[in-house]
Amino acid sequence: MPSVTKTIEIDSHTINFGPQHPAAHGVLRLILEMDGEVVTRADPHIGLLHRGTEKLIEYKSYMQSVPYFDRLDYVSPMACEYAFALATETLLGITAPERAQWIRMIFAELTRVLNHLLSVASFALDCGALTPGLWGYEEREKLLEFHEAASGARFHANYFRPGGVAKDMPAGMEADLAAWCAEFPKFVDKLESLLTGNRIWKQRVVDIGVISAADALAWGFSGPNLRACGVAWDLRRAQPYDKYAEVEFDVPVGLHGDCYDRYLVRIAEMRESVKIVSQALAKIKPGPVKVQDTKFAPPKRADMKHSMEALIHHFKLYTEGHHVPAGATYTVVEAPKGEFGVYLVADGTNRPYRCKIRPTGFSHLQVLDKLSRGHMLADVVAIIGSIDIVFGEIDR
Amino acid sequence: MMAFFDTDLGIVILTLLKSLALIVPLLIGVAYLTYAERKVMGAIQLRKGPNIVGPFGLAQPFADALKMMFKETIIPAGSDRILFMMAPMITFGLAVVAWAVIPVNDHWAIANINVGILYLLAISSLGVYGIIIAGWASNSKYAFLGAMRSAAQMVSYEVSMGFVIVTVLICVGSLNLNDIVMAQRHIWFAIPLFPMFVVFFISGLAETNRAPFDLAEGETEIVAGFFVEYSAMSFALFFLGEYANMILISATTTILFLGGWLSPIPFAPFIWVPGVIWFLLKLFACLFVFIWVRATFPRYRYDQLMALGWKVFLPLSLGYLVLVAGVLEVFGWLPNA
Repeated sequence: MPSVTKTIEIDSHTINFGPQHPAAHGVLRLILEMDGEVVTRADPHIGLLHRGTEKLIEYKSYMQSVPYFDRLDYVSPMACEYAFALATETLLGITAPERAQWIRMIFAELTRVLNHLLSVASFALDCGALTPGLWGYEEREKLLEFHEAASGARFHANYFRPGGVAKDMPAGMEADLAAWCAEFPKFVDKLESLLTGNRIWKQRVVDIGVISAADALAWGFSGPNLRACGVAWDLRRAQPYDKYAEVEFDVPVGLHGDCYDRYLVRIAEMRESVKIVSQALAKIKPGPVKVQDTKFAPPKRADMKHSMEALIHHFKLYTEGHHVPAGATYTVVEAPKGEFGVYLVADGTNRPYRCKIRPTGFSHLQVLDKLSRGHMLADVVAIIGSIDIVFGEIDR
Repeated sequence: MMAFFDTDLGIVILTLLKSLALIVPLLIGVAYLTYAERKVMGAIQLRKGPNIVGPFGLAQPFADALKMMFKETIIPAGSDRILFMMAPMITFGLAVVAWAVIPVNDHWAIANINVGILYLLAISSLGVYGIIIAGWASNSKYAFLGAMRSAAQMVSYEVSMGFVIVTVLICVGSLNLNDIVMAQRHIWFAIPLFPMFVVFFISGLAETNRAPFDLAEGETEIVAGFFVEYSAMSFALFFLGEYANMILISATTTILFLGGWLSPIPFAPFIWVPGVIWFLLKLFACLFVFIWVRATFPRYRYDQLMALGWKVFLPLSLGYLVLVAGVLEVFGWLPNA
């Protein structure tokens, strides 16, 4: 055996970035191997927010499972509910009434704006720009008021249900939404005036965290992060659900796949969402907002006062829930962060046999090492901000 | 009475009184600068700022100070205790000491020394020690990174700042701050030396570790940088030092470029206004820009900051210095020539 001389050069130090760190976006723990200020390896640790959502859902009826989805991506709660509602509807073979579909689309797009506002704002905040963050919060507050008016809750809405939505929008809300649609693009202009052309902002984000379209696809990117690489893939366009086929909107794409393009795509998507909401408002008509089959949706309160059958249905629905025929489905929606999917296996009982959730952020987070290698510490913060991760859904 | 102030004891007492007359308003100024910053940034960011403690939240700085005093000073186990406690004292001490030469009105300075500007430069260069010592003594990686950043940053910006000051000096022909102001009787240096004025102000932002150059603190990167381990009054001293330095840089800008206490409008009702008032107004304007910049811009990255300092400001200030010297020589405008 020839003798082998092994030279190990130790010239780096590790930094424990998080979980208590202002730019960790929740509970990201990042072990950074650094060479001075330059990152040589980034090792994200996850699981600090694991709550066993998927397992818990196996012990809940289908209706009881919905609130768990609010708590996954808590920045865009209704988008997660959307996936579960559609998955259950697929298994049941029911379709939500037209009005419910429009309402779900309106709120899915409001959620997209909510998410992108927070994403862009906290991205800017991570790079040291304080004001966009607070301006964004002010606008979010207006949207959360719509949330609250419709569902009664600001975040954990529990609004989209299998077979429709929990209740109709309150009277006058359509007009309020139309007014918001007219105002909001002006706010986006204002927000852009602080960032888009700002030299310091561009120096901080252009050509940082670049990923090619091929790599992005290989790593499982989706949503704005994928579109920033130039791949025009949008599930609302590729396999339209609900009424997305009936509205016109553009799918903004970037060119370079860097932090700046990810930012620009999000800004453009906010404008597109407003377009979708205003088209939906023009097309929405009065009507029922949940399926008219009392096996899946609760009967009217008035009916229960005199109809024994309605009372029984109500009791059965809220105690036992509805039985779902055996089968499996993988249903996806274009959540604000990307492809959010639910793989739902039903075994004919009133509870899901298995509910696997495909989070959007997980596949984005795993690329952090690739994206941040060779960049400086401050760039890692920018990259984390630009890929828009939320730990509620990554850890589940 | 006046005879008493000519005795040795009298001079000591007089100097002490003068110092008190400067330091007490300075500290109150620092306290209210934090209030002003929160109010101004609040207005920019569509929120209210402090408005609970006292009318319009005016007692907020004192509430904060009280809170700081009653907090526990935590000294990390692995730290160098003596240096750890010394660092905030150095930072704060230097920020106050520098004020000795600042004239707020004609000859209203504690020490009207003939190398005033040199003294200022020396004291502000020492300021980096407080930060380095804090970063080193904390024995924490974040603090250490912050200290390294800050050392590199302050050294780089000191150089171009020095050239800017030299440019002003060759126009004045004196290192005395009083003379520098008086030389601006006809025109503020901010006008003929406008690029230098800009370089000086931006370097001032970097020198005081203020946004967009607050890399040493870098809240979202290295948490709080060099003072991440500090708490209670030791933290408060850093905080006071930072704000006192902000006021100091604004005062220096006012003296070097904005005509100090001279009235901007040189005729009747305006020249009756005491010089102190003009001085303070200009000071406030500078401080407002400090706060405004913080609310507007993202933070620079470490290497970009160095590039800006060495590749842009240094050649610019050096070039302008040569230009100004050439112009003064050719037209025979050199002072004391």
